[in-house]
Amino acid sequence: MKSTEVPQDDANMMQGKFREPVYSLDKNGNFTTVRSVGWNPKNEVMLEAWDAINQKIASTREKVIAGELSPIAYHLEKNLMDVGLLAKYTGLWKFKVKRHLKPKYFNKLSNDILLKYAEVFELSVSELGDLNLVRSEQPPTTMKIKKWIKY
Amino acid sequence: MDKILNFEHKQSAHCENGVVSNLLRYYGIEISEPMVFGIGSGLFFSHMPFLKVNGIPVTSFRPLPGIIFKRISKRLRIKFEKHKYPKPDIAMQELDKNLEKGIPTGMLVGVYHLTYFPDPYRFHFNAHNLVVYGKENDKYLISDPIMEEFRTLTYNELKRVRYAKGTFAPNGHMYWVKEHPGRPNLEQAIIKGIKHTCKDMLTIPIPMFGVKGIRFLSKKIRKYPKKLGARKAASYTGQIVRAQEEIGTGGAGFRYMYGAFLQEAAGVLKKKALKDLSYEISDVGDKWRQFAVITGRIVKNRNKADESYDAAADLLLEIADMEEKFFIKLKKAIS
Repeated sequence: MKSTEVPQDDANMMQGKFREPVYSLDKNGNFTTVRSVGWNPKNEVMLEAWDAINQKIASTREKVIAGELSPIAYHLEKNLMDVGLLAKYTGLWKFKVKRHLKPKYFNKLSNDILLKYAEVFELSVSELGDLNLVRSEQPPTTMKIKKWIKY
Repeated sequence: MDKILNFEHKQSAHCENGVVSNLLRYYGIEISEPMVFGIGSGLFFSHMPFLKVNGIPVTSFRPLPGIIFKRISKRLRIKFEKHKYPKPDIAMQELDKNLEKGIPTGMLVGVYHLTYFPDPYRFHFNAHNLVVYGKENDKYLISDPIMEEFRTLTYNELKRVRYAKGTFAPNGHMYWVKEHPGRPNLEQAIIKGIKHTCKDMLTIPIPMFGVKGIRFLSKKIRKYPKKLGARKAASYTGQIVRAQEEIGTGGAGFRYMYGAFLQEAAGVLKKKALKDLSYEISDVGDKWRQFAVITGRIVKNRNKADESYDAAADLLLEIADMEEKFFIKLKKAIS
């Protein structure tokens, strides 16, 4: 790829925090790096991955509000975790974590256990059990790339 | 007392290369990122349908994390001191001791809690590398090879990313240069690195790796839409492109980087053939980008059945042929 062809399709994926160096050929045929803000095919697949995650968060949120799942289930999805990872972060057994996703068991949890979850999610114990918090958080939506350049 | 080292930071495309390159520069050994990548044989391909992450088969354009590091230290005869600590607070104390002694220290961290990372990149990925080179006003000074500039992290922030959990959990792993030969023998190391990459890409007798692996993936992709349905097939395909194009994993990007390596190697070994080959691998990189365009479109039209799968599979076969020819020539060029 030539240096002049390094794409600059900004979909705000890097939020202005950095640009990615891309190795490419300058006009003398020597490799050099050019910083890129993004490339649409890549932006698209990243957005697709986030779209799938956001859908999962939204559907879990509904279930938590409906009382089918405990708030832990919502925060688990929101933090992009799965049961195994949350078990590792809390130091609890996996089957216990699975159990705590059900409101029936969640409501009986001791303060010590609640604290473990709250710490992982960076919440206070009262925030962890707060359904209003779940209600008030809008489910994330994925942005769309409008401009799809033809290659 | 706060101590600040005169540590020069250069941004790189891949964290493992970048950390090694930045650390060695501090000790007066100037080795570019592509050089680290080439000597460490960082170019690879594997597709393992039975190994799944989030329910999606793993396709990888790199060897396992840590391998480039291992190879480069062996081939350049640089000794690294490496440690893991069961207790987070002790890991932080040891880091402080190192900084007191003026040793820039590399470490493994999890990306998810890295505060300076852009949100779309914050997944639970645990094999990111960075260098801590000092402490100022209770903040650690960070040289993160992905970033353009220096960054800082507080004690708690750093502790948290050093003790991320899950696959490849870093457990406070840190490393620093213990001994180095001053002027390393680059010629020999380059030849070893190239030979290893050729071997990996051409001769592993399992069809999931190297050039054979690309053909294997081609076969699989062709079947995706029928076997999985539109939505899931798009997710599977999207994962390949994410592995290919996201930071630190690159398919096309790695081909270009390998080109840059071959150009430098051509100068060191005084072999013009390597420079010609650098253009050839750049062309292969262009093909990988074409593949990303096709699969990107598949992902964009994810809810419709798409006929591009065949085109993607054909393109992969073409790439496999190109790479096979390339690595056979490369092997000849250095023997």
